[in-house]
Amino acid sequence: MRRMNLGRLAAILGTCAFAFASTSWGQLGGSGDAPSVSGNVGILWQSYAEDTLIGAVVPPAKTGYNAFANILYNQGNFSAGVRYESYLNAVLGFPGRFKGSGVGYRFGRYQDNERGIDVTVGNFYDQFGSGLVFRSYEERNLGIDNAMDGFRLILKPVQGVQAKFIYGKQRFDFDDGLINGPGVIRAVDVEGDLNAIVAGWEERPLKVTVGASFVSKFQPGSSFNVDSLVLAMPQNVGSWSCRLNAVRKGWTAGVEYARKINDPSADNGFTYRNGEAFLATLGYSQKGLGVLLTAKMIDNMSYRSDRDLRLFDLPINYIPAVTQQHTYNLAATLYPYATVITGETSASAEIFYTIPKGSKLGGKYGTKLSASFAAANSLDTTHYASAEVESVLYGYERNSWGPGDELFVRDFNFSASRKFNPKWKAKYTFYHFDFNTLTTPVTTDYKGIVNANIHVLETQWKVKPKQSLRTEFQGLWVGEDIDHPGDLQDKGHWATLLAEYTWSPHWFASILDQYNFGNNDPNQRIHYVYGSAGYINGPHRLSVGYGKRREGIFCIGGVCRAVPASNGFEITFTSSF
Amino acid sequence: MTLTRLLMAASVLTTSVIATAQTLPDVSLKDIEGNTVSTASTLQEEGPTVFCFWATWCSPCKRELNNYAELYEDWVDETGVKIVAVSIDDQRSMNRVAPYVNSVGWEYDILLDPNREFARALNVNNVPHTFVVDAEGNVVWSHNNYADGDEFELHEQLLKLAE
Repeated sequence: MRRMNLGRLAAILGTCAFAFASTSWGQLGGSGDAPSVSGNVGILWQSYAEDTLIGAVVPPAKTGYNAFANILYNQGNFSAGVRYESYLNAVLGFPGRFKGSGVGYRFGRYQDNERGIDVTVGNFYDQFGSGLVFRSYEERNLGIDNAMDGFRLILKPVQGVQAKFIYGKQRFDFDDGLINGPGVIRAVDVEGDLNAIVAGWEERPLKVTVGASFVSKFQPGSSFNVDSLVLAMPQNVGSWSCRLNAVRKGWTAGVEYARKINDPSADNGFTYRNGEAFLATLGYSQKGLGVLLTAKMIDNMSYRSDRDLRLFDLPINYIPAVTQQHTYNLAATLYPYATVITGETSASAEIFYTIPKGSKLGGKYGTKLSASFAAANSLDTTHYASAEVESVLYGYERNSWGPGDELFVRDFNFSASRKFNPKWKAKYTFYHFDFNTLTTPVTTDYKGIVNANIHVLETQWKVKPKQSLRTEFQGLWVGEDIDHPGDLQDKGHWATLLAEYTWSPHWFASILDQYNFGNNDPNQRIHYVYGSAGYINGPHRLSVGYGKRREGIFCIGGVCRAVPASNGFEITFTSSF
Repeated sequence: MTLTRLLMAASVLTTSVIATAQTLPDVSLKDIEGNTVSTASTLQEEGPTVFCFWATWCSPCKRELNNYAELYEDWVDETGVKIVAVSIDDQRSMNRVAPYVNSVGWEYDILLDPNREFARALNVNNVPHTFVVDAEGNVVWSHNNYADGDEFELHEQLLKLAE
């Protein structure tokens, strides 16, 4: 891994953009392609105080500081951008290896939509289909970023057909600038809109798109020994997928199937089994009603541009979790499920329904209901006997596409929300989780299945037209620890109280108390109190917080990261311009 | 040294160009019927267009759009506005968008931005983030976050544009 002189590159890029802007501006003479500059800024500062009770430690630097600024330049078909980043030092919960200041992302792009040409050099994010074989993305608030660094060409040769060609490495680290991982990724994706391609299909109510992808990674490697076997390390690993999506009058259906050839890695114990994935969704909706069903089978689909890495580092593909991303604190952060990428079978069903307004049950404004159930189990497999050579090479064989015996997660939830009058609204949500902490290790305190029931009541009171008070009362109750009768599972019961007062459009203040009232250890029955207040002015937002943050899993969108306990101040500033 | 170079490049960029206001970027996205839609084509020829970035997992975003939904018909009559709700749900939750939107009966145009290309081009840090764009494609107002009552400020902006 070699760090490049990105500052120089950025300067060249900027100068090129300037030269381009100057010439084009002259040529266009102030037509509709006026150049523009825009961007955004984010600053996060934390201070740390020791708190032995909650396990909060003070890092040597005593404070953490993350900051970034994006600057985007646009003119007509040309755009360019840089992101300057600082980790001085990285805040707790971020990858500790991120350090220093420098350019973490830069690109130049030319896009001619009329002629169907789009070229990007430098960094870019992209996704093929549902991401089973390729997705580069960022979740900046969690420090997750596997941006491609290379070249992308998108061609639209005829109406309804799009082809993408990608070559590059992936962002891995940051040390006074971007550091890429060792692997090279080569990828191609073709997508066709059949209604635009097939004669006579233009006006059909059934809309169908099909797509296919091929992705290959190269990473140098040498043969290795297991017992008396000498095994060659595959240096080029290919994967492919094909997909179909169909939509017709409220119905949607999608299916994608992917395969990957042998790819010994830290995730699969350096075995040679091929990977396979299948994902299907079926949805129906009409005014007032929505239904969604999904089914998924993932077998050995970890795919990284460095075979030795795990967790969030250098993934080439993306396998979403079958469970919902919950929003209430206790449901979202104690037992969030992530796909077991080495293998799982899962399915979910979800329904949304609005009881019409004016009806007896719906009330004056209507009542919104939703319910969902998601389940994931191990694969249905048979392990080879340890004496067999297949055990070393492949580990196991899969017997069927159905679920195996080991439960990974069950997640049932139900919610009802209603506006009672112009001043009051309320929402009740119930969750039941059966969560395997052995296969999704979200806690170090308990190994086994956690059975949790969560009740949440959220109320909102409009005090004045521009002022409102929102409260959340949450309780989480777990089952008994069968190995230690009389004790509760994991950290026991929790309660959360949140009160948030807003003065639109500028001010807010909130207080959050998470209380571990059911911990088996009476000394750990702690209140984690955190207060914050802030000011918003259009696209600018400043907030200041102080208090205890418990150890837990912090999730945004579809991804989560473990964050250690801490105690102290936090200041955040975000802005876009 | 590298920093100096970067700052020089940035200052060259910012001082040499004329406009520093945001304009609506043209990004190709899908709607919930599976059609490919260019964001530039969603802009109204007359009257303001509002772009609201949201996600199914974002409570304040849903509060914002549910509150606007109660006022939307009046706003359309008064100001000729069109609201485009851009979901940044990724593959995990993208398929939930259509069932949710239909169940709550939003009348907005819905676009899917699963890899945040449009959000990135408009410098969205986090959701909800709301933009008011005039008929020429200039971003004339934006607001990050949502609190009940923010609809008054948005309404004022729309009335100003409608004048």
